[in-house]
Parts: sequence; structure tokens; C-alpha cells
Amino acid sequence: MKARVHVMLKNGVLDPQGEAVRHALGTLGFDGVNGVRQGKVIELDLADGTTEAIVTEMCEKLLANTVIESYRVEML
Amino acid sequence: MKAAVIVFPGSNCDRDLAEAFRKSSGIEPAMVWHKDTRLPDGLDIIGVPGGFSFGDYLRCGAIAAQSPIAREVKAFAEKGGPVLGICNGFQVLCETGLLPGVLMRNASLKFACKPTGLRVETTESLFTSQYTAGDEITVPIAHHDGNYRAEVETLDRLEAEDRVAFRYTSNPNGSDRDIAGILSANRRVLGMMPHPERAFEPAHGGTDGQKLFASLLDALAPV
Repeated sequence: MKARVHVMLKNGVLDPQGEAVRHALGTLGFDGVNGVRQGKVIELDLADGTTEAIVTEMCEKLLANTVIESYRVEML
Repeated sequence: MKAAVIVFPGSNCDRDLAEAFRKSSGIEPAMVWHKDTRLPDGLDIIGVPGGFSFGDYLRCGAIAAQSPIAREVKAFAEKGGPVLGICNGFQVLCETGLLPGVLMRNASLKFACKPTGLRVETTESLFTSQYTAGDEITVPIAHHDGNYRAEVETLDRLEAEDRVAFRYTSNPNGSDRDIAGILSANRRVLGMMPHPERAFEPAHGGTDGQKLFASLLDALAPV
């Protein structure tokens, strides 16, 4: 079984990398990009029976820094 | 003053920090590998050095904070043991939860490597007692992720409890409230992005970091 974890900077946390990407898109002529937020996708290949609660614990302990990041677990 | 320096794969300031401990105390520091599960006996202080532990994978300091020795460092600090985290070491201490907040990518997105002005904000710690409050010193920085961020309540608490040890005189990375270094609640853990071990002897181009080690020696190895 697999799980996918999406890690994003929390709203209100300035994302300078996303801002740089937004600028680059503008340079390429893509007008109208009002904002870019960059995050991470982490795919986990898990032993059968691993629960969403365990994946959530992984997020809390390591995969996300909850001071600045939020996460979403998707069990596949 | 018996010091230990923790060495992770990717640490690159471990020997500089060991040199500063050795030259200030006259005692050979122990170099402790991240896979070690025990600290040497009789330690007075632990240094967590700068570098790029584990290639900064996932987040700076995140993997190092889960290494076997990190648990021991945490236990040492929780018993009141002094810990000094510099640069990547500061990032590791934030990831272990020993210090609040987080170090994000520099606001400029550029690696910043230059001598930097700092103001000593408190002398009420075993790291800063030999300075005078308000002293302006020059210490090098060398980091890509030194942008200190914390929630407003945390920042307010750090200031109210006099736990900001150093501030930048000219903010090089976007840090909240120009914060360059902070103390733990018991004031015995210091994390800072600038490198005092690189401003230790005249050949470094400046010696403003010396007093930090002199302060430690004064507190931990009284004559």
C-alpha cells in the first residue's frame, strides 16, 4: 500500500521560493499569475495494515515542521 | 572545560569549533559521531557545529535531529547541560525542539557569506557574560537558510524573557526582529547563525567571537 503526503507552507508564511517562481513565470510571458506557493509531495511505500494515524504521526515527528508547514495525508 | 563536538555526515565546521574549544580551555574536545548512542562522561558542554548535515535533505537539520546522538544531546540539555548550536547546529536544535522557531530560506534566496555586525542583547548567560550589553561585534555568517521565524507569541516571549542573545545590526536574511541567536528557557542552550569560532584568532580577520568561549570557560571551568 502507498500513501502520499502533501507538505505546504502554512498560509501567512512568506514563501520566497514560490515568489521567485512567480517572477520567472512573468519573465516567460505568463501574465496573470497572482501567486505561487511551493510545497513537497512525499510518497511512502508502506507495509500492509499501516494506518493513516501512523502516517500522521510520521508527519508530526519528521515529514513536516508544524511551526511553518501544514500537511495532508492521502492513503492510496 | 570538557567539550564534545557532534559530527554528522555533512558537518563542516566541526574542527573549527573543536579548535576554539581546545584553544580556549586547553582540553582536547571529544568528537562524537552521530551514530554514537552515548556521550562521553563528564562533559561540561556540547557543541553542535555548522555544515550541511545529511545534505539538508527534507529540511535543514531535520534528519540530524532524529539521529541516535541527538536523543542524547536532548537528554543532556533537559538535565541542564549547556549546548551551543552554531549555524546548522542552530537548525538542528530547532528541529529537536530544544529551541523554538525555525530557520527558513534567506529572504534574498541567496547564500549569504560575509562578516556581519551583531549586537549583544544580553549578558545574562554563560555564553555572553564577558561581553557588555549593547556591544557591537563582527562575526561571519555563511548560510542559505538563516531566516529565523517564529509565531508572534513566541517572539514576544523570547523578548520578554530576555532570551534574544544576538541581533543583526543590518539584517542579512530576513529574520524576524533581526534575531541572530536565541537562548532556551533555562538560558543554557544557545543557537546562533553566525560563526563565533570563525572569529576566534587574528588570522581569521577578527577576534570578536573569542569572548563567547571565554564566557563559557568562566562559567564552566572557574579558576
